[in-house]
Amino acid sequence: MIPEAGTGALLVALVLALYGATAAAIGGRRGRPALIESAQHAALGVFALITAGVLLLVYAFLTFDFSVRYVANNTNLGTPFYYRITSLWGALEGSIVLWAWMLSIYTLIVILRHRTSARELYPWALSVMLSVMAFFLLVMTVAAPVFARLTPVPGDGRGLNPLLEDSGMITHPVALYLGFTGFTVPFAFAVAALITGRVGDFWITTTRRWTIVAWYFLSLGLLIGGWWSYHVLGWGGYWAWDPVENAAFMPWLTGTALLHSVMIQERRRMLRLWNIALVMLTFGLTLFGTFLTRSGVIASVHAFSQGSIGIFFLSFLALVVLAGLGLIALRWDALAAQGELDSVVSRESAFLLNNVLLVAATFTVFFGTVFPLLAEAVRDTKVSVGAPFFNQVNVPLFLALIFLMGVGPLIAWRRASLENLRRNFLMPVLVGIVAAAVIRLLGVSSILAVVSLALTVFVAATIGVDLTRATRARLKMGEPALPALGGLLLRHNRRYGGFIVHFAILVVCVGVTGSQAWSVHTETTLKRGEETALGGYTIRFDGLRESQESNHGKVTGTFTVVNGGRAAGTVLEPAKKFYPQEQSPIAYVDYRLGLLDDIYLVLGDFARDGTSATVKFQVNRMVSWIWIGGLVLTLGTVLAILPERRRTS
Amino acid sequence: MKPKFLIGGAVIVLALGYLIWAGVTQSAVYFVTPSELSAAPVTGKAYRLGGLVERGTLKWEPATLDLTFSITDGKTHVPVRHKGAPPDLFGEGRGAVVEGQWTSDGYFKATQILAKHSEEYKAPHDAKEAQSRGLIKTLEKGER
Repeated sequence: MIPEAGTGALLVALVLALYGATAAAIGGRRGRPALIESAQHAALGVFALITAGVLLLVYAFLTFDFSVRYVANNTNLGTPFYYRITSLWGALEGSIVLWAWMLSIYTLIVILRHRTSARELYPWALSVMLSVMAFFLLVMTVAAPVFARLTPVPGDGRGLNPLLEDSGMITHPVALYLGFTGFTVPFAFAVAALITGRVGDFWITTTRRWTIVAWYFLSLGLLIGGWWSYHVLGWGGYWAWDPVENAAFMPWLTGTALLHSVMIQERRRMLRLWNIALVMLTFGLTLFGTFLTRSGVIASVHAFSQGSIGIFFLSFLALVVLAGLGLIALRWDALAAQGELDSVVSRESAFLLNNVLLVAATFTVFFGTVFPLLAEAVRDTKVSVGAPFFNQVNVPLFLALIFLMGVGPLIAWRRASLENLRRNFLMPVLVGIVAAAVIRLLGVSSILAVVSLALTVFVAATIGVDLTRATRARLKMGEPALPALGGLLLRHNRRYGGFIVHFAILVVCVGVTGSQAWSVHTETTLKRGEETALGGYTIRFDGLRESQESNHGKVTGTFTVVNGGRAAGTVLEPAKKFYPQEQSPIAYVDYRLGLLDDIYLVLGDFARDGTSATVKFQVNRMVSWIWIGGLVLTLGTVLAILPERRRTS
Repeated sequence: MKPKFLIGGAVIVLALGYLIWAGVTQSAVYFVTPSELSAAPVTGKAYRLGGLVERGTLKWEPATLDLTFSITDGKTHVPVRHKGAPPDLFGEGRGAVVEGQWTSDGYFKATQILAKHSEEYKAPHDAKEAQSRGLIKTLEKGER
């Protein structure tokens, strides 16, 4: 019963979405409010039906309805309660449902926010959103039916992939997909702008907050993904340049470029064509990312599933690209008319260079990701480029971007005078140089680490210069210090939200630099009672014990930190988990996080009598800064999307 | 467009091209089967060797962390040496990809073992069905 109801709901939703897309388009073209209103009702219906589908699926998971293939494949009688709910997006079919559900929520919010404020663009934007919706519903009903039956009904399911039984898997896909789907909104408004010919700045100001929100969730998704990789996979890293990571990173890069380039259009009426193209590229890359992740075209840790879905996504992507190019050609004259750069030394050109570098980084990531496919198609050799390629090519680009992060917000518009440069940058540059010298003297040998940290200090100093100057101006007006700073942040929330986000990126940058430059690791076999030392910490192996959890068995090793400042006395218990549905044990990492370093243990092989165990022992430096950066990022984003209050005073 | 912007653009494109070219030539890793490697081994070149861990060849010395085994594709096999405990998913008769170099002493020195089970998620009773052919196919696809 449940599968039929679910399939039915999704089919009706598909019909409604197609109807709504058509009605909104005709309503927009002929100026018929009744049709547009009807399309809104259709969108509401789509949301209600997909929500019903989600609830039915959750119900099937909670009641262990193994007659549904998807439930049987992703859960078993031992799966804990929470993971039975999150199993919903544990594999391909369910994650498409999640995607569509989020898109339907975004569509509702667009209706609520913009149905009166953006009269001309709105019907077309609604039509585009419902069309994208219809595509995902088509995938859900034809290519990857989530409610497909399984006969005969098995007594127990296969169980969720053990690696996904982690809190990170509850939040990571949600955040990532909120990011991916969020970019549909600026895309929809860009298409609406092209169709109506209103390619001015209105669509940009309308979608500014949407872009920030989508970008934020994508950032969060990437960071949580890194955290999952770090504390679940047991290799001690957070980013492997895995194709699936790259798939999410590419729209992040172009989205970051977009956040900056729209400011140039708002302020200087430049880059119209570029912004439209960037929105299309970002949206296209979210589709491409799903294609990469979910079609099985490039297998990796995330690609648990395969299906006919690749051809759907590729076709839709082709359609989007062709339609996009066609529309751009149609409005070419209006798009090409724009202001020119006055000087190379100006804020415009700093932003432009930032965009060029971000798109260049996107291209290199794209190239490295599809390179193995190209090599096989062209030369029939199986060759791939790994992390060294991505690091080597991207690190110079990212360092240049960080430098620009300091320059862009402070340099003058149009043409920066020598006085402007001196006033804003003399102090930060000096601070940066001093920092480089100090870091070098402290014994940091890696040139890359010195440059990276010095640039970080330089950018932080530019933020400091701006904040002190602005606060001082308010102090002169007689305001007390703290209210002055608070008022400044709130009045110019967009600017200072941006600064806080920049600062968050700096914090992440320090974490990445530190972990790459100073992390140490070893692997050793210890007898019970034996000790080993690494990076200022000594651990002792205290023995093994066995236990039985709800859906797996577990062998736990006990290690005590016997030497290492405040960490001394900490007991770490890395384990190996044995799932009945798995051919091999799964390592369970244990760690002690710290501001400067993490102690990180992975249990390798062990003697059955418990007298000895092989352990991977890592001391990972400054990794926590990456997660802290994520928190700061959240603060900055919230500040940046608050309604602007500057003009109301 | 002013010429200085065109020049600037050209400089950026050239620099990027150089970065990519240098990156590819320095970090390309070739995926080979035991047969392909045995036919023309190049000492010092980076390879990813994919195949099955041959039964009866796996030796693990916890005290010295020496892990030795052979990778086979059914036709020929290549001896592999590695420092470190066998990773999860790694075992005799299972698929594995080892990254490393061919040494002049006649063995493959692994720097990293990427153990894989077939990418389709399988129940235990299916596991034995994964014969070497299908598995090698999966592995190759994964390493393209």
